Amino acid sequence: MSHDHDDHSHLSDTDARVRALESLLVEKGYIDSKALDIIIDTYETKIGPRNGAQVVAKAWSEPDYFKWLMEDATAAISSLGFTGRQGEHMVAVANSDDTHHLVVCTLCSCYPWSVLGLPPTWYKSPPYRSRAVIDPRGVLADFGITLPETTAVEVHDSTAETRYLVIPRRPNGTDGMSQEDLAALVTRNSMIGTGLALSSDAV
Amino acid sequence: MNGGADLGGMQGFGPVVDEPEYPKFHQPWESRVMAIVVALGACRQWNIDQSRYARESLPPADYLRFSYYRIWLEGAQKLLLSTGMVTVEELAEGKLHRPAIQVANKMEAEKVWDMLHALGGAADRPAQGEPSFAIGDRVSTINTHPQSHTRLPRYARAKTGTISKVLGFHVFPDISAKGDRDDPQWLYQVCFSARELWGGDKNPRDKVTLDLWEPHLMAMTDD
Repeated sequence: MSHDHDDHSHLSDTDARVRALESLLVEKGYIDSKALDIIIDTYETKIGPRNGAQVVAKAWSEPDYFKWLMEDATAAISSLGFTGRQGEHMVAVANSDDTHHLVVCTLCSCYPWSVLGLPPTWYKSPPYRSRAVIDPRGVLADFGITLPETTAVEVHDSTAETRYLVIPRRPNGTDGMSQEDLAALVTRNSMIGTGLALSSDAV
Repeated sequence: MNGGADLGGMQGFGPVVDEPEYPKFHQPWESRVMAIVVALGACRQWNIDQSRYARESLPPADYLRFSYYRIWLEGAQKLLLSTGMVTVEELAEGKLHRPAIQVANKMEAEKVWDMLHALGGAADRPAQGEPSFAIGDRVSTINTHPQSHTRLPRYARAKTGTISKVLGFHVFPDISAKGDRDDPQWLYQVCFSARELWGGDKNPRDKVTLDLWEPHLMAMTDD
């Protein structure tokens, strides 16, 4: 599908427009190009789903931490140093045999940046935003997941500044694994609800 | 507003196509737009709700056609113009014509890390009064179609649900998007059955939660 990308003939125009805008805003003193480089590097290489994976691995390993995360996710996540924009008001939701959680923002692209970084293109695009609330099982099928009818699907539409983090189910056969190895099983999609944690032989 | 951004429940867009974590950006300008928007936020000439409204009030056909960072670019330009930070001529030519306006703050390179990790963007405010609803209360959402910004999407208007969390006392975007005041209100997570929202052929176990403010909600008496 090509919903996510402008017509290719427009791309060079957009590129030129953005360059002109940046240079104008720098000339006016509103922004600093070096700051832009650092912002980009931060979200490309430093703040991403490995943060969230650490939260999940700790929650799987430490029952007290899991309890804290369920009661006050903002504090429990901040305690690991993951704070700041688009993570000011966190809610953690844990998958179980009974319930599978799925997170969407139908109105824009609200996403827990502090633990997952920038959202993938599909999360911000019409196919996901339109269908996650009306046909979540169909969306899960697009990601290769079929849940039994007896498992409830609970979709969270992020309409406020609350940001949702899904705690996927801990895979079987992972008893005694270190938190570092467990974190390697936790994918970005598993923390949105469009994936499951990897099986233990993936490490 | 009933604009192109209010997508919940629309049909016909085709399957969701997964993508790997990298590359994070698909065109070099996308990363510049993301960073320009983040850096301009630090100038504090508008709030996040004004910024959402600037994007969602694009003509629906454009909203649906543009890539997401293109939508951010268009929204940023609207805000830059409406606040007088730049002029139409400056945007067209990419050259300065008028001196900059005074802005509250600037994201300098050495401050980026701290500013991205700061809690300044928190939307909660000191509570005033008590929440009207408690967990388990049945509520109905209002039927409203404002031309202005609202965080109550079309698919969840005039529906009945249950309060599932009391989330705190938060800035009310429907008013905050107008730019002059926060108007904080009690915020709740409200749980709706899929059948209430979408009809009787949905799995009876499935649910959708939305985070809604007190002005969106009305008490339901037992029926």
